[in-house]
Amino acid sequence: MTVRNLIERTGYEPLLLGDDAREITGGYAGDLLSWVMGRAESGDCWVTIMSNVNVAAVGQLTDCACIVFSEGVRPDEAAVNAAKTHGLNLLLTEKSTFEVCAEVGAMLK
Amino acid sequence: MTAGQEPLHFHYDVDGNNFTSAGEASVQVKRMLRQMGFHPDLIRRISVAMYEGEINMVIHAKGGVADVYVTPECITVILKDVGPGIKDVKIAMQEGYSTAPDNIRALGFGAGMGLPNMKRYSDDLKIDSVVGVGTTIEMKFLSA
Repeated sequence: MTVRNLIERTGYEPLLLGDDAREITGGYAGDLLSWVMGRAESGDCWVTIMSNVNVAAVGQLTDCACIVFSEGVRPDEAAVNAAKTHGLNLLLTEKSTFEVCAEVGAMLK
Repeated sequence: MTAGQEPLHFHYDVDGNNFTSAGEASVQVKRMLRQMGFHPDLIRRISVAMYEGEINMVIHAKGGVADVYVTPECITVILKDVGPGIKDVKIAMQEGYSTAPDNIRALGFGAGMGLPNMKRYSDDLKIDSVVGVGTTIEMKFLSA
């Protein structure tokens, strides 16, 4: 499933698309950045409510396929600008982190 | 590049006053190693471990310097600061142990996973720290 497929199937709002043909191979949810860096894998759909600029660096370093900001959270301007430089995919949704995980998890089966 | 050659050396200043720019050196190293054709998994290990080190220098030591040495077989990352030092390295290495202030936790750091992640992702980690003098961390990553 690509990031584009995910958007089409879930209706998550694409805030920034650096490469929407990127394949999603797994998922991770978390807001403590070191946990994310220690556990998330390349190609993951990362679900978080953390919205500051460090999220862009962690997304880039872990090489995740996309970042989904759940619970109606919007990343701040610095985060979006940094994500733009790194060519990341950022998606927004009002759904809870749990709902996003359940939904994306089911699609990855 | 062939074995036995002088390693390539890259030097970075980590700005301690700008928490939001922390990670710039790691991101640059990641890009550079990718251009050199190293394996993506190795690059990921190096850049994440180095980022944790950078963040630590910004949180605890008002910045520092990072030096990266690259040969085809081994990448060495040396992070040096003149911060307060680590009182008890053994305790600091425990997952979940953190002395980071609340404002850092609000940014998503300070979970006590920085040093454990650096150990987890490197093939060799050496910590040389003296209270009141500073900390030097050397991480080795084998490309084979």
